[in-house]
Amino acid sequence: MHLKETPILKIKDLTVKYGPGCPSCLQMLEKNRCMVCGTVWAANELSLEVYPGEVLGIVGESGSGKSTLMKSLYFDLEPTSGEAFLQDFQNGARNIWSLNGAEKRTIKNNIMGMVYQNPVLGLRMEYSAASNIAEKILAAGSRNVSQMTERAKELLQAVEIMTSRMGEAPKNFSGGMQQRVQISKALANNPSLLLLDEVTTGLDLSVQAKVLDLIRKIKAKFGISILLVSHDLAVIRMLADRTVVMLDGRIVESGLTDQILEDPQHAYTQQLVHSLI
Amino acid sequence: MNKNYNFAFLDEGSKREIRRSCLKAVAIPGYQVPFGSRELPIGRGWGTGGIQLTLSLIGPDDVLKVIDQGSDESVNAVNIKKFVGLCTDVKTTVRTREATIIQTRHRIPEIPMDKDQILVLQVPIPEPLRTVEASEEVTKKMHAEKDYAPIWLQLFESLVRYRKVTISSEYPCMVEDRYVMNPSPIPKFDNEKMHMAECLYLFGAGREKKIYAIPPHTDVVSLAFDDVPFEKESFQGKKCRLCGSGNTYLDEMFDSASGEKFFQCSDTSYCQEVRGCI
Repeated sequence: MHLKETPILKIKDLTVKYGPGCPSCLQMLEKNRCMVCGTVWAANELSLEVYPGEVLGIVGESGSGKSTLMKSLYFDLEPTSGEAFLQDFQNGARNIWSLNGAEKRTIKNNIMGMVYQNPVLGLRMEYSAASNIAEKILAAGSRNVSQMTERAKELLQAVEIMTSRMGEAPKNFSGGMQQRVQISKALANNPSLLLLDEVTTGLDLSVQAKVLDLIRKIKAKFGISILLVSHDLAVIRMLADRTVVMLDGRIVESGLTDQILEDPQHAYTQQLVHSLI
Repeated sequence: MNKNYNFAFLDEGSKREIRRSCLKAVAIPGYQVPFGSRELPIGRGWGTGGIQLTLSLIGPDDVLKVIDQGSDESVNAVNIKKFVGLCTDVKTTVRTREATIIQTRHRIPEIPMDKDQILVLQVPIPEPLRTVEASEEVTKKMHAEKDYAPIWLQLFESLVRYRKVTISSEYPCMVEDRYVMNPSPIPKFDNEKMHMAECLYLFGAGREKKIYAIPPHTDVVSLAFDDVPFEKESFQGKKCRLCGSGNTYLDEMFDSASGEKFFQCSDTSYCQEVRGCI
C-alpha cells in the first residue's frame, strides 16, 4: 500500500541502553537486561517507517521500549545509536539525532507534536490553557498576541473545551481535559507528525472514548500522521492503520492492524490478542 | 583614608580580575560574565556586586555619587559612600553631572549621563530567565541557543490573566538582538534610558558572581509583542509636589497629618537641582 510513497519518518536501528554495556551484553540478555553487567537495552535496533496520513500503532507490555522510542523521537532522551530521518526536515537528508539544539527545537516546534501519558510532562500546570498552546507558537517565533489567542481559541474548540475556560490553568481541569489541552498544544503549529504516548491510560472509559473520538476526528480533519503508543489493543484496533508489536526492546511483529489482530504470528502477539478476547 | 587597607579596599590582583571581567562584559553586551566575587565587610545582598565594580574602577581623581532608590541619603547609599570614602578619599557628590562613577540601586538618574560617566548598578538576580527556569545549566543553554520562548510566555500569560503585562521592575530587555538581559530592579520607566546611551552601564551581582554590561550606543529594547507595545509607568496628570516636574519617575507618598496622597520625584538630587537647592 505504501510502496510508492516516501515515508514521513524513517527510523533505522534505534538503540537505547541504560548502563555501561559489556562485550557479552547482547548474548547474555534475560528479557532486555544483561545478566553480566546489568545494562538494560530499552530499545534494541528498532527500525520502522511512518507514511503520510497513517496511524502507526505501537503495542507492547510495560518496559517493552514504547515510551523510549517516543522520548527518543521527541529528543527527551539521547539514543545510544541509530538514525532517524524526517521528510519535512531538509527532505529527510539528515539524521535528526545528530542535529544541534536549535535544529532539534525547530523540529519539536514545527514538525512534531507530542502528547504524554502524564499531562504534567506536557503542560505547564500553573499557566493558562491559552498560554500552554501559545508556548508552542511563541517557540516557533510568533510575537503576535491576537493571532496566538485566536489560534488557541480555535484549537480549544477543536478539542471541545469551552473557550471561556482558556484563561484557566490546566491544574484545575479534569484528566481528560488536560489530555485534550495537550493535544491542542501539540497541534498548535500544524505538525506533520503527532506522537501520542498512552494518551488514554488512566482515564475512565467514557473519557477514553471522547479522547479516542477526538483523535479520529483530528486524523480525518488534518490528515496528520500519528505514531500511537498503547498497551491497549482496543485503542490500537480503533485507531491504527498499521501496528508494530514490541517486546523487550525489539520489534517482534508488524503489519496491517487487522492482520495482526486476526492472524497474529508471534507467540507474544498471540498471547496479547488472546488476552483481549 | 584608612592606611590599613589597600586603596579602594580590594587588592590590586582582585581589581584586575574584575576589570578583565568588565572588559569581557563590554565586548559581549548583555552576556553574564562569571567572576570571583570577593568577601567584603558587607553582607551579600547589600550591593556587594556593585561595590566590587566601583572599587575596582575608582581612581584618586574620580568623583563618586551613590544612590539608593533614587535617593542620595538613604541607608545603603550613605554607608557605601562612607565605606568608599574611608578607603579612597575620593570626592563624593550628589550632582549627577559632576560624578564620574555613579553607583545605584534600583534607579537610573533622570539627568542623561554622558560618555565620561559610568553607571554601576547593583543586581540581586542577574539571570532574566530565573523566573521561568530554575536550573543554571538550562538557562545557560537557553542563552547560547537564543531560546527565549519561556520568557515571552511569561509576558503572554500576564496578558491572558490581567490583560496587561504586570512586570513593573526588572522588565527584561533584548540587547543588540542577541541576549535577553535583566536590567536589575529598576522600574520599567528607566528601561529606555539604556537604549543608545552615551555612558557605560555596568551591572554587578556579588552573591551570584556575575558581571554584565551595556556599552555606549547599544541597542536595548524592552520585550514587547508586535501588537502589544511596551508600556512604561505613566504619571499623566501628576506632578512632583516639591519641584513640579511631570516627566520624571514619581514616588507616591502619604501625608499622615492631612491624610492625602502626593507625588514626589524619586531622584532626589534631580528634584533639588530643579529647585536650585544644590
